[in-house]
Amino acid sequence: MTANLPFTGVQGQPLHAPAPIPGDDVRAMVWADSCMAAACFAVAPAGFGGISVRAHAGPVRDRMVAHVSGLVKGYGPLRKLPVHCPDDRLAGGLDLAATLSQGRPVAQRGLLSEADGGVVVVPMAERAEGLVVTRLLNALDSGKVAVERDGLAHRLDARVGVVALDEGLDDHETLAPALADRLAFSFDLRALSIRDCVSPTIHAADVEAARGRYEQRSEQGEIVEAVMAIADAFGVRSARIGLFAVRAAHALAALNGRDLASQDDVGLAARLVIAPRATQLPSVEQTEPVEDEPSEQDRPDPRDQEQADPKDRSDLQADDNSMDQGPLDDRVVEAVTAAIPADLLQQLKLGAAFQSQSSRSAAGQGAVRMAPQRGRPLGSKRGRIGGHQRLHVVDTLRTAAPWQTLRKRERGNAGVASSVDVRADDIRVRRFKHREESVTIFVVDASGSSALNRLAEVKGAVELLLAESYARRDYVGLIAFRGSAAELILPPTRSLVRAKRALAALPGGGGTPLALAIDAGGQLASDCRKRGQSPRVVFMTDGQANVGYGNASGRAAAHADALSAARRFATERLSAMLIDTSPRKSSKAAELSQAMAAHYLPLPHASAEGITAAVAAAASSVGRG
Amino acid sequence: MLRGINDLGERAAFPFSAIVGQTSMKRALLISAVDPAVGGVLVFGDRGTGKSTAVRALAQLLPKMRVVLGSPYNIDPTSIPETDGVKSRLVPVPVVDLPLGATEDRVVGALDIEKALTQGERSFQPGLLAQANRGFLYIDEINLLEDHLVDLLLDVAASGENLVEREGLSIRHPARFVLIGSGNPEEGELRPQLLDRFGLSVDVATPEAIKDRIEVVRRRDAFDRDPTAFYEKWKRKDAQVRRSIVSARERLESVDVPDRALERAAALCMALGTDGLRGELTLMRAARAHAALEGEEQVGEAALDFVAPMVLGHRLRRNPLDDSRAVTRVEKALAELVG
Repeated sequence: MTANLPFTGVQGQPLHAPAPIPGDDVRAMVWADSCMAAACFAVAPAGFGGISVRAHAGPVRDRMVAHVSGLVKGYGPLRKLPVHCPDDRLAGGLDLAATLSQGRPVAQRGLLSEADGGVVVVPMAERAEGLVVTRLLNALDSGKVAVERDGLAHRLDARVGVVALDEGLDDHETLAPALADRLAFSFDLRALSIRDCVSPTIHAADVEAARGRYEQRSEQGEIVEAVMAIADAFGVRSARIGLFAVRAAHALAALNGRDLASQDDVGLAARLVIAPRATQLPSVEQTEPVEDEPSEQDRPDPRDQEQADPKDRSDLQADDNSMDQGPLDDRVVEAVTAAIPADLLQQLKLGAAFQSQSSRSAAGQGAVRMAPQRGRPLGSKRGRIGGHQRLHVVDTLRTAAPWQTLRKRERGNAGVASSVDVRADDIRVRRFKHREESVTIFVVDASGSSALNRLAEVKGAVELLLAESYARRDYVGLIAFRGSAAELILPPTRSLVRAKRALAALPGGGGTPLALAIDAGGQLASDCRKRGQSPRVVFMTDGQANVGYGNASGRAAAHADALSAARRFATERLSAMLIDTSPRKSSKAAELSQAMAAHYLPLPHASAEGITAAVAAAASSVGRG
Repeated sequence: MLRGINDLGERAAFPFSAIVGQTSMKRALLISAVDPAVGGVLVFGDRGTGKSTAVRALAQLLPKMRVVLGSPYNIDPTSIPETDGVKSRLVPVPVVDLPLGATEDRVVGALDIEKALTQGERSFQPGLLAQANRGFLYIDEINLLEDHLVDLLLDVAASGENLVEREGLSIRHPARFVLIGSGNPEEGELRPQLLDRFGLSVDVATPEAIKDRIEVVRRRDAFDRDPTAFYEKWKRKDAQVRRSIVSARERLESVDVPDRALERAAALCMALGTDGLRGELTLMRAARAHAALEGEEQVGEAALDFVAPMVLGHRLRRNPLDDSRAVTRVEKALAELVG
C-alpha cells in the first residue's frame, strides 16, 4: 500500500468476507437438507407457504425442481407462473372473446385460482414485482385471490404453495422481502454441482402417507417452546417463522411415521427454517460449549445429523420437557449453526452489526419493485387502437351499451352476427399518466480517515433529501467506494427507515477506487433510466484516485483509469454533479467532472444542509435527464 | 355476492381476543368501532406482526347492524323518514377489502354493463365504497396504493358521500366508513397529506418477550389445527369485547369531558407543535371513546395520556436527523406536562 494512505486506526475488515469454498461434506449436507425441506413442504404446501431456491438455471436446480414436482404430484395442480404474467391471467379477468360474442361480461379464472390446492413454480422470482408479488402475498395470507376490476368482482380460492426460483446474482438481487418472509424454506444451491445431488431418500408415497398423519397432529406445547427458544437464541423474532418451524417439526415427525414430534424433529426443523434467517449466534452464557463455533472442517457429517442414532433419540425423548426454559441442547445449537449458510455464518462471526437481518432483507429490491413504474392508469379516453394505444374493453363496451337498442332498431333486419354493435366512436383506449420518478444516486468516497467525517455529512444529506422528497415520491440511492470496490449501500429507495438503517452501518477507510465508482454510478443510473426513472448522479470526492482497474495501485494509473471511466460515463449523457470535498479546489476533481460532463461544485466544508441545497439547486438548473 | 371478509360461513377468522399483546393496535381498532368519527386507523409495522389478522378479527367481532332489505348502500332503516312497509334485516358490519390493483370503476361504481348490454337498461353497479357504507374499508399495503385511488378515498372519506359522474350516470350515495390502512414502512413512506387524515396511527412490532412470542405461536398453531374448536374456545371472550363495544357506544354521549381535560389536550398539542385543530379534536374524541370502553364516566388524565401517542404521533413535523421515534416525543411531552 502507498504510504500516504492513512490506514491506521481503521480496521480494514472487508465489507463482505469472501465465502469459504464449501467442502464435499458441506455440499452434501446442503443437498440433503434441501431435499428434506422439499419433503416437508410437499406434506402441506399451503401451510408452509413455499420454498425459495437460490440457484443458477442448470442441472442442479432442475434436479431439485424435479424432486419437488415428484413429491407434490397427485396433490394438486402444478402450474408455472411467468414472472411478468399480466394481472388478468394471474388473478382472473374479463374473457375478451366470450364477452364480445355473448354481449355480456364473461369472467375467466386466473392462474392462481386454477392452481388452488396445488403448487405454483415461479422462475426468475427475484424479478417479480408490483401486482404479481402482491397477488402472491394475498394468496399466501388469505388463500384467496380478490379481483375488483373491469366491472368484475370476485373472490376465488387460491390456496397455493409457491416454489420461487431465485436466480439473483448478488445480495441486492433477491426475492421481495415480504415474499421471502412468507416462504418457510429457503436454500442456496449455487455452490453445488450435479455430483452432489444424490438421490433423495424420501419419495412421493412417503409424503402422501405423511399428509394424513400431519393433518391429525396434536397439540405439543413443549415443541412450540423449544422451537421458539431456538429461534430466539439465533435472533429470529418473527412469529411467522416460528410457526413455520413448529409445523416443520410436525411434518418431519409425520414423514418418519410418528404421531408426535421429538426433539430431533425440532432440531432439524430449526435447521431447515431458522438457520437461513439467523441474525446472531447463541450467546456464550446460554450455551457454553459452543463458545467456538464449529469451523467448516468441524461440521458434523450430515448423515449423523439427520438419521440420529436411535438410542440417542430415545434419550432425548425421555427429557422432552427439559428444554423449555433451560439452556438449549448443545447438539441442537450445533446442528442449526452448521446449517447456517457459509457466508451468513461468516458475517455473524464477524459480529457484523451492519448486516442485521432486517437490513439484509431491506437490501432486496422489493420496495423499489413494488412501486408503480409505468405511470398510473387514469381510466380511458376516446381514441383509435393501434400504435401504443391499448384498447380499454370495458369502457368501450360501456360506451357502446346505451346505444344497443337504438342501433338494433336502426339496423333492422340487416342481420349482423355480432351481439354487441360497437362503432368507431365507442372505442376507448387506456390512458396513463406518466409521472417520471427521479432518483438521486450519491456516489461517495468512503476511503481514508477524513472520509468518516464526510460520511456523516453525506448520511445527513441523504436523509434530508429523502425527507424532502418523499412527498414527491422520489428515490435516493447510495454507492460508497473504498478499499478495492464500489458497493451499493442503499438501493434506490423512498423509505427513510431503510435508508437510516443502511447508513447507520456504513463503514469508512481504505484506498480510493475512483474508476470503479464512476462505473458503478453510471451503471446504476442507466439501470434506473431503463426502468423509466430519471436519474441524477452526485459524486462526492476529492478526485484523488489511488486504486485503478484490476486493483492496480499507483496514483497515475488510477487517475488515468478514472478519467477513462469518466469519459465513458459522459457518453451515457446522464445528469451528474461532482462535489469536490477537498480543502482547496482540486484540479483533478475539476478535470474529472469535465470529462464526465458533470456540474462541478467545490464544497470544502460541506454540511448536510449545504449538500442538500447544492443538489436541489443543481437539479433545477441541470434539469432532469 | 358477499364480499365482507367476516364471512363466518366459510372459515372462522382468528379471534380478536386471542391476539397476544398489541394493546395499542387492538385499542385503536376498538376506539374506531365505538366512535367512527375519530377518523380511521393506520397500522404500520414489520411483516408478520398480525396487522391483517387483527382487522379480520375485528370484522368477526362487531355487533350486527340493521339495514334496509336489498339496499346496496346498507341504508339504516332509522335514517329514512317513512319506515312503513320498509323491510330490514340484521347483517354483519361490512369490512370491505380494497385489493391493490382495484380499478376506479370497481371502487366508486360504474354503469352496469351487463344490464346495459342485455336489457338496454342504464343502471348503476355500486362499487366498494357503497359496500363499505356504515362499515370499514380496509387497505393492506396502503403505501403502495396508486395515488389517484388514494386521492379519491380521501375525498370520499372526508365528505361521507360518493359522487359518481361517468358514462352518463349521475349518482350520489352515502359512503361513511372507517378507513383502516396497514403497511410496512420499509416499503415506502406515506404521503403526509394522507397520514394526517387518519385519526389514529399505531406502530406494531414483534413482541419483545419470548414468553409472548411462544404464546403467539402456540395459539396460532392451535388455530391452524382446528379453527372451529379454537373459535369456540375464544367465543366467550370475543362476546365480552363485543358487549363492551355496544355499551361504550351507548354511553359515549354521556361521558363527560371536563375543562381540565380540554386544557391538558390543548397544552399537549401546543407543546408538540401539531398543526390545526384536528389533533386536538381527535384527541378528545379518542379519549372519550377510550374512557367509554373502560367504563369511566369522564375523560381523565389516564385516558388522554393513553391515546395521545396514537393520535399525535403521526402528526408531528418530522425531523429526519432526529432519530427518536415520534411516540417517544409524545411521551416526553406528556411527562413534561405536570399538572
